[in-house]
Amino acid sequence: MRKELVTLLIAGCIIGLASIVLVRLGNPANMGFCVACFERDIAGALGLHDFHATAWIRPEIIGILLGAFFTALFTREFRPEGGSSSALRFLLAMLVMIGALAFLGCPLRMILRLGAGDLNALTALVGFTCGIGFGVILLRAGFNLGRTRKQRKAESFVMPGVMAGLLLLVVLLPAFKEGGPVFVGTKGHPGCEGTATTQGIGIAISLGIGLLVGILAQRSRLCLAGGIRDLILIRSGLLLSGFVAIFVVGLAGNLLLGSFNLGFENQPIAHTAHVWNFLGMALVGLGSVLLGGCPFRQLVLAGNGNTDSALTIFGMIAGAAVAHNFGLVKAASIHGKGAVLLGLVIVIIIGIFNRED
Amino acid sequence: MIEVDARGLSCPIPVVKAEKAIDRNPGEEIIVLVDNEVARENVTRLAGSKGYSVVSQATLDGYSLVLKR
Repeated sequence: MRKELVTLLIAGCIIGLASIVLVRLGNPANMGFCVACFERDIAGALGLHDFHATAWIRPEIIGILLGAFFTALFTREFRPEGGSSSALRFLLAMLVMIGALAFLGCPLRMILRLGAGDLNALTALVGFTCGIGFGVILLRAGFNLGRTRKQRKAESFVMPGVMAGLLLLVVLLPAFKEGGPVFVGTKGHPGCEGTATTQGIGIAISLGIGLLVGILAQRSRLCLAGGIRDLILIRSGLLLSGFVAIFVVGLAGNLLLGSFNLGFENQPIAHTAHVWNFLGMALVGLGSVLLGGCPFRQLVLAGNGNTDSALTIFGMIAGAAVAHNFGLVKAASIHGKGAVLLGLVIVIIIGIFNRED
Repeated sequence: MIEVDARGLSCPIPVVKAEKAIDRNPGEEIIVLVDNEVARENVTRLAGSKGYSVVSQATLDGYSLVLKR
């Protein structure tokens, strides 16, 4: 218990610090890390959606997954397993991404935004907690997606292999045809602008920080959805302590650097549509409980050999493509609002109809 | 003796199943089968919070946890 707590606190502090460093190096404000946004960026870089402004194959994502993968291999915790409700998981992951992009952030970025004084993240946190609470009710009513089975090694090497391939693409930036893909956006990514040299350094730093975070996350099993879920389900605040550490370090960093700005208005990469911040993250919270972890944790689990999590990542990338191509982001359009509501309905139906005693 | 087979189920479902078994059979000895370390730790923590002691034994495909009050 004590050892676990120390690991979680160390991991949380370093992830909080890493987020501040990444923003200083050029990542968008309050977006040192955002698993949802970064997977969206990857989808854009590959031409899966048309929002090319922020397109970038994110070395941070590659780093987190491969960091977890190598740690799992080294500690012999690597377990090829999966095969539980693949299609449902893919669908749930798409809906989680649509919810996250309605708010503009994954649970990790929500905490980073909160640490910078963005009160829209507080609205979202309340929604997220409500979503998790409802998910816990479904769990207690017997919800599960079925048992996983042992898989062959090759199956669980697919996602680390895809990440290695993406790394090759971002390093070489090959021109497949005129204009893309690989698309490279222009704003707010370390290594995204400038000469080849700065690109190289930017990629190396983002990848290195990602690897470090992946190693720490694998060792600590950090997960915000899991943290709040455990608090409700088994009255244990242990798993949550890591995210408290991220918040505290983020807050301290923002106060020291003068980037703390308390309020709802004029927050970077955010909007003040309270209902949709709330409902978007409620969808993320509920979906994450049913999937067994938030988007960040899914990266680490996929590194551990879990092929259900690998499929969840593919589903989230597909969800990002849908969210941008159909104009659902920020829930700004009537379609975006409809998508969040429909998403909630679908996730609740999945939750109710997948029960066993 | 009650047996809960939580093998192949990911966190937190083994905990939910163990909790249900404890609530339905107060005071009885309960065996929980799990196949991963996370589930073993979480079920052990739950059992502790409910006043149960846990004896964990490695099996071919994971752990067998005997919960006793």
